[in-house]
Amino acid sequence: MSIDYAERIPNNVELASNRTLQRALEHWQPEFLNWWKEMGPTDFNAADVYLRTAISVDAKGWANYGYVRMPDYRWGIFLAEPEPDRRVGFGDDFGKPAWQQVPGEYRSALRRLIVTQGDTEPASVEQQRLLGHTAPSQYDLRNLFQVNVEEGRHLWAMVYLLHAYFGRDGREEAEELLVRHSGDADKPRILGTFNEPINDWLSFFMFTFFTDRDGKFQLKSFAESSFDPLARTCRFMLTEEAHHMFVGDTGISRVTKRTLEVMRELGTDEPEAVRRAGAIDFPTLQRYLNFWFSSSLDLFGSEASSNAAAYFANGIKGRPDEKKYEDHLARATSVELDVPDGKGGIRIESVPLRNAMNEVVRNSYVEDCMRGLGRWNRLIEAAGHAFRFSLPSTRFRRTIGNWANVATDPAGQPISQAQYDAQIASWLPSDADRAFIASLMVRVVEPGKMAGWIAPPEKGIKDRSIDYDYVRLA
Amino acid sequence: MVTVDAPAEPGLVIFETAPERYRHWRLSVEGRVATLALDVDEDAGIRPGYKLKLNSYDLGVDIEFHDALNRIRFEHPQVACVVVTSAKDRSFCAGANIYMLGTSSHHWKVNFCKFTNETRNGMEDSSRHDGLRFVAAINGACAGGGYEIALACDEILMVDDRSTAVSLPEVPLLGVLPGTGGLTRVLDKRKVRRDLADLFCTNADGVRAERAKAWKLVDDVAPPSEFAALVREHAAALAASSPRSADAQGIALQPLARSIDEHGYHYSTVDVTFERAARRATITVRAPGQPQPDAADAIVAAGDAWWPLALGRELDDAILMLRTNEPELGLIVLRTQGDAAAVLAVDRTLLALREHWLVRETIAFLRRTLARLDVTSRSLYAVIDHGSCFAGTLLELALAADRTFMLALPDDVEAGPAIVLGEANFGAYPVVNGRTRLQTRFDGEPATVERLRDRLGRRLDAQAALDAGLITVAPDDLDWDDEIRLALEERASLSPDALSAMEANLRFPGDETLETKIFGRLSAWQNWVFYRPNSTGERGALKLFGSGTKPLFDQERV
Repeated sequence: MSIDYAERIPNNVELASNRTLQRALEHWQPEFLNWWKEMGPTDFNAADVYLRTAISVDAKGWANYGYVRMPDYRWGIFLAEPEPDRRVGFGDDFGKPAWQQVPGEYRSALRRLIVTQGDTEPASVEQQRLLGHTAPSQYDLRNLFQVNVEEGRHLWAMVYLLHAYFGRDGREEAEELLVRHSGDADKPRILGTFNEPINDWLSFFMFTFFTDRDGKFQLKSFAESSFDPLARTCRFMLTEEAHHMFVGDTGISRVTKRTLEVMRELGTDEPEAVRRAGAIDFPTLQRYLNFWFSSSLDLFGSEASSNAAAYFANGIKGRPDEKKYEDHLARATSVELDVPDGKGGIRIESVPLRNAMNEVVRNSYVEDCMRGLGRWNRLIEAAGHAFRFSLPSTRFRRTIGNWANVATDPAGQPISQAQYDAQIASWLPSDADRAFIASLMVRVVEPGKMAGWIAPPEKGIKDRSIDYDYVRLA
Repeated sequence: MVTVDAPAEPGLVIFETAPERYRHWRLSVEGRVATLALDVDEDAGIRPGYKLKLNSYDLGVDIEFHDALNRIRFEHPQVACVVVTSAKDRSFCAGANIYMLGTSSHHWKVNFCKFTNETRNGMEDSSRHDGLRFVAAINGACAGGGYEIALACDEILMVDDRSTAVSLPEVPLLGVLPGTGGLTRVLDKRKVRRDLADLFCTNADGVRAERAKAWKLVDDVAPPSEFAALVREHAAALAASSPRSADAQGIALQPLARSIDEHGYHYSTVDVTFERAARRATITVRAPGQPQPDAADAIVAAGDAWWPLALGRELDDAILMLRTNEPELGLIVLRTQGDAAAVLAVDRTLLALREHWLVRETIAFLRRTLARLDVTSRSLYAVIDHGSCFAGTLLELALAADRTFMLALPDDVEAGPAIVLGEANFGAYPVVNGRTRLQTRFDGEPATVERLRDRLGRRLDAQAALDAGLITVAPDDLDWDDEIRLALEERASLSPDALSAMEANLRFPGDETLETKIFGRLSAWQNWVFYRPNSTGERGALKLFGSGTKPLFDQERV
């Protein structure tokens, strides 16, 4: 079989001369396309979408814009440029040369991490596959598809690692990534959150803000890995991932802006009045935020984790921006964690820093989330309202870790289960909230027009106007 | 050809010796009876720091014992019965030297026990398969490992001088077990009632002749004046019952053609290379490079240069050297090199002439060597790639391995390596569990083994071998290098202890035999006891033996 690999699969991994990789991809690529046609945004396969495609990793090449039908999208394989003489940056082997091959000792651990990360990428495409039918604008529809094709490319990135470095096991795992499906009772995705359908655009914005941000921090941890191909792959993925969080961040900003407009027009912040005017009231936004933030927190794992300690000690997975820390061994330090005392209170437990790596990463994530909230709150403050969005405590509504299944209020104070049950409807989206949000989900296709619950963006894509024809529906 | 007399490096243990160099045994042959008399030079321990008093033994004594048995098998094939006795007055053997045990490392103790167990199993192996009988003539105090040597014999005779006793004093005196088959053979071989065995094994003084016979610990007894006659009579009767040929002419076992350097051990048919950083050794067995004799006279003329015998001796030596001298090389990669047809041709000769004493003893040597591989506490990976010759007898190496990797060339099947099943795989080399490696591999599936006979002599490529269940994985040429590298690295990263224990469990599915019980139950418990403070702790019984200080036990039952 002769395939022009460089043309069909843009890459900087010398695919044209790598027979092992070619053989793996010859089998996998058709299966990926079948998966996309069945599990992706199926009903828009014929649409021409104004998408960015990475054809190289340099400044010119990583963002090429043009109309493309999604099944024809050129999913490529890119690693960030190598760092000369890169060294292990943390853990017991600090300072030794980074690994260009998988050490046999860590084969299982690395494969498991790559598979888990890889599993989330197609999962989100599956979760979002019906959203196109209710897009609030062409601009948003295009952004959805951009996110979808790039999640697809991130799947490719992980599959590349499995194919190139894990032999037959890797090829089998790559196929399994296409066999598991989000929400499938028999073959679910690995992580719970990725089995929840995303049926409305408010959830989509929350997902891209909160859950994709978990992805960002996972990728930043992997970007520090001593396994250099993994580190380089993740560094390049981060450039794309930024857009996904931009979609979430600006999406919630635009919802906030629209709500402020409606509140100004009505002269009230009374939720029912806002809703009757077709906008989303702030308390509802806060409940959605509570839901998505708390479910994303679980993705970081337990506060005290022997796996995390082993990953750090062995140089497999570091802390985001490891260079900003002074102590890369993290051997002698410990961290104080809040844990439930079993009597309705909180006590402090000291945990070795290496075991607390998940918590270290989670704390960085929380800070990053706070910056987004700050931007939305400034809009509200500028409009003269007293309401402020706030993040719930990391103890709230957890199902993993020290606080798993411990009833607390959003501030993290332990409460009785009865109190929790009585108030949960005011903390998390209720069925009525979801029904209300669903009622707003009406498709808007005319270029430049926005659904009534969301403000237009400040600018278009790649200097195009907001009313540009971003998606040419067939 | 380099022969190493002195250790190539200080402390290196060499398993090769010859009767003229023995310090501890006297071998004499008279007609069909050989006498092996233990006469330990107490100042000639293999390691400094202890005296080998009371005919007690250490690894050096047992290396000579092992050599002497092979000398009898090959240099004195007319011998049908071996009398094992003592050249000392009133002292048969006091067993393994306590001070040696008390001062040596765990690895040394365990490895020593395994080797002594194999030597004693080898006596039973020769009796069972090849008619070489053994009679123990206990002519003086016989304790612990001394009695365990006797237990490995077909018959045990004991002098009744009203003071000589046989005993297994390990538990009451040393806080360890009679671990060289003692507990197992007292029950399973001698059929001593288990409550009497309990009495016997906790009584440091042991039992004298009359009771020993009544409890079936010995077969017959006689006063000193009649003892020699009793021994002669029994030896003659055992020899008469042996199928061994009285007029066989022996061959000489020459020193091994072996050189040792920092890269490994190098022999004529076997090469061992070390990859120390990766903690592994590769054993490569070479097929015969030139035509081998196929008639009995020519084989006798070739003597120990005959390929299968050279292979047996060299592989046996390599395994022993690795076990004792290279404890950190935890993974042994088994490879073969050469023409499979040449291996199968030798196999045909082996099977056609198996009634000839030298052929039979050669098969026996290979059988014991392969059994040694089976119980080696190292991970065994067979790697079958270009130029290999895993056929017939050499296929047993792959069947002994924990995993087998075979190169597949899906685009050019003919050019890929092949394995070949031979008749030898169906009975010539039983495992210590009494069954063939194929039967062991397909435990509980006799029909599967029978079906494999249909493939006898046929080249099986990787896919065919995989389908037949004869190999573990068959990576193709694109995956090969990485798969092998990862598999080797991954194995080397696992706990050596857990691997030894896991492998010892997985290698022997199905029913137990005396040998599997010795290597499994008895050795495992003994090695556990060795690690407990009550034996080897500062106040442990083994540590304090002979010091005048009473051991202080941790009384907790674990």
